[in-house]
Amino acid sequence: MDFFSDIGALLAQYWETYLRGMGNTLLLAVVATLIGCVIGLVCGILNTIPCSKNDPPVKRFFLGLIRAIIRIYVEVFRGTPMVLQAVFIYYGLPYITNNAFRFESVWAAAILVVSINTGAYMAESVRGGIISIDPGQTEGAKSIGMNHFQTMTSVILPQAIRNIMPQIGNNFIINIKDTSVMFIITFTEFFAVHRNIVALNYKYFPSATIEMVGYLAVTLTASALLRWVEKRMDGKSSYELVQTDNLTMAAGTYSHPDRGTPFDERSTEFGGKEGK
Amino acid sequence: MSDAILEVRHLSKSFGSNEVLRDIDFDVRPGDVTSIIGASGSGKSTLLRCINLLETPTSGDVLFHGESVITGGVNPNKYRAKVGMVFQSFNLFDNMDVLKNCMVGQMKVLKRSAAEAEANAMKYLERVGMAPYIKAKPRQISGGMKQRVAIARALAMDPEILLFDEPTSALDPEMVGEVLAVMRSLAADGMTMLVVTHEMAFARDVSANVVFMKDGVIWEQGSPDRLFREPETQEARDFLARFMER
Ligand SMILES: Nc1ncnc2c1ncn2[C@@H]1O[C@H](COP(=O)(O)OP(=O)(O)O)[C@@H](O)[C@H]1O
Ligand SMILES: [Mg+2]
Repeated sequence: MDFFSDIGALLAQYWETYLRGMGNTLLLAVVATLIGCVIGLVCGILNTIPCSKNDPPVKRFFLGLIRAIIRIYVEVFRGTPMVLQAVFIYYGLPYITNNAFRFESVWAAAILVVSINTGAYMAESVRGGIISIDPGQTEGAKSIGMNHFQTMTSVILPQAIRNIMPQIGNNFIINIKDTSVMFIITFTEFFAVHRNIVALNYKYFPSATIEMVGYLAVTLTASALLRWVEKRMDGKSSYELVQTDNLTMAAGTYSHPDRGTPFDERSTEFGGKEGK
Repeated sequence: MSDAILEVRHLSKSFGSNEVLRDIDFDVRPGDVTSIIGASGSGKSTLLRCINLLETPTSGDVLFHGESVITGGVNPNKYRAKVGMVFQSFNLFDNMDVLKNCMVGQMKVLKRSAAEAEANAMKYLERVGMAPYIKAKPRQISGGMKQRVAIARALAMDPEILLFDEPTSALDPEMVGEVLAVMRSLAADGMTMLVVTHEMAFARDVSANVVFMKDGVIWEQGSPDRLFREPETQEARDFLARFMER
C-alpha cells in the first residue's frame, strides 16, 4: 500500500531529522517543566507565608503586594494562548524596545515562554499542595523550635511536592505536546520538522502519522516514568523491625497495671474506662 | 515563689470578642506534674498554646525562669525548643520515619551532629519502647505508638518542661495505657510536666497540683487529694460528679 511505503520512505530519508526534532521537543519540555516547577514553587511558597493581623504593617504591605503580583502573573499567563505569548516575547519585545531587548537564541526564548507558562499553572498547584498538608505538622515543627523556613524545607515541601507529582507529570506531558506551537518563533521541534518535510514532498498524512505515533510513544513513556518516580517517593509499604534485644522488644508491649493498685487506669473511682 | 520554672500571670486571650481565657494565674515548679482538668471548650488547649506561643496572649504574661517570654525579647523558637509539646493528634512528620522524626529538631534547631542526634533519639525511643520501629513511617503504626514517638520527639530536644494536650484523647481505649505508662515513668523520674487530661486516675496519682478550669477561668487549684475529695467550688463538684457518672 502507498501509505505504508510512504511512511517507510519518509523514515528512510528523514529519520535523523525527525529524531533531532523529537530531541529538541523533549529537551525543551524537560528544561521548561523543571524551571516552571521552580517558578511555581517560589510563587506557591511566597503565597503561603503566614500573615496575621499582629504582623507589622510593612510586612503585611509587602506580602499583599507580592500576592497581587503573583495573582496577575498567573491570570495573564494562564488566560492567554502560549502561541501569542511566544509571538509577544520573541517578536514583540524587540519591536517595542527598539531592539534594546531581543533574543539571540531561539532556544532561550522558547525555554522562557514555556517555563513561565508552566510556572503559572504550577503556582496554584503548589499553593494547593502546601495548604493541603495538615497544619498539625506545622505546629509539631514549631513546637520543637523549628522556624518557618526549616518547617517548609524539612516537613511541608517534601510532602507537598509528592502530592503535586501528578500535576507536575501532567504539565510535563502537556509541554511535550504544546511546545509544537513554538514553530511560530522558528524553533525546530518535532512538529516543525513535520512542517518542513511536508513542504518539500506533500506527504502530509504519512508524516502526520509518524508525528502521532512519535508523540504518543514519548508521552506514554513519560507517564510510565512518572508513575515509577511517584512509587519510589512513597517508599516501602512495609517496614522492618529493628531488633536490639529482648528488653527493648518487651518495652513496647504494655499491660495495664493490676487492678486495685494505685496505678490502675481502669479504676471506676475516677471515671476510668470501665465506668463508662 | 520565684523557684517556679513557669509562671502564668493574669493571662487572658480573646478570639475577636470571644474571651476564651480570663486572668489565668498559676505556677509550675521544677520536677512537678501539674494537671489541668475541665470540660471541653473551657480553654485548656488555648492555655497550653499561649504558654508555648502558638497563640499570642491578649494580655498578661508567661514567665520562664522568671523572664517574660512575651515582652522579654525571648526568641520564640529557642524558647519552644526548651518547652516540649505533645498534641492530642500526635502531629508527627509524615514524610519521615520514626527515627528521623526524633532527629530533625535536634539537628536543625540545636545544631547537633547526625550521630549525636541519632544517639539521643535512640535513647528516648528505647525509653518509650519504640526502638524496634525506628524505620516505620507514622502512617504505618498505631495511635498509641505514634503518641509514644511524639513524646520521644519532644524529649529528644532535652526540654526543661513538657506540655501535654490531652495526649490520650484520640486513642483507642486499649492504647491509652501504654501512653500513660510512659508518662508515669517520666513523672517518676522527675520530669516537669503540665498535662491537660481527662484521665482522672492519672491526674490524681502523679500530680503535685491540679488546676480546674471552666469557661476560661481557673475555679480552683490544689493538691489532687484535696481537690478530688473535697472540691471547694460547686463548679468543680459538678464537673467531677458528672465525670464519674459516665
Ligand atoms: N483559633 C480560634 N479561633 C476562635 N476561637 C477559638 C480558637 N481556638 C479556640 N477557640 C475557642 O476557644 C474556646 C476554648 O477552646 P479550647 O482551648 O480548645 O478548649 P478545650 O481545650 O478546653 O476544649 C472554645 O470555645 C473554642 O471555640
Ligand atoms: Mg482541647
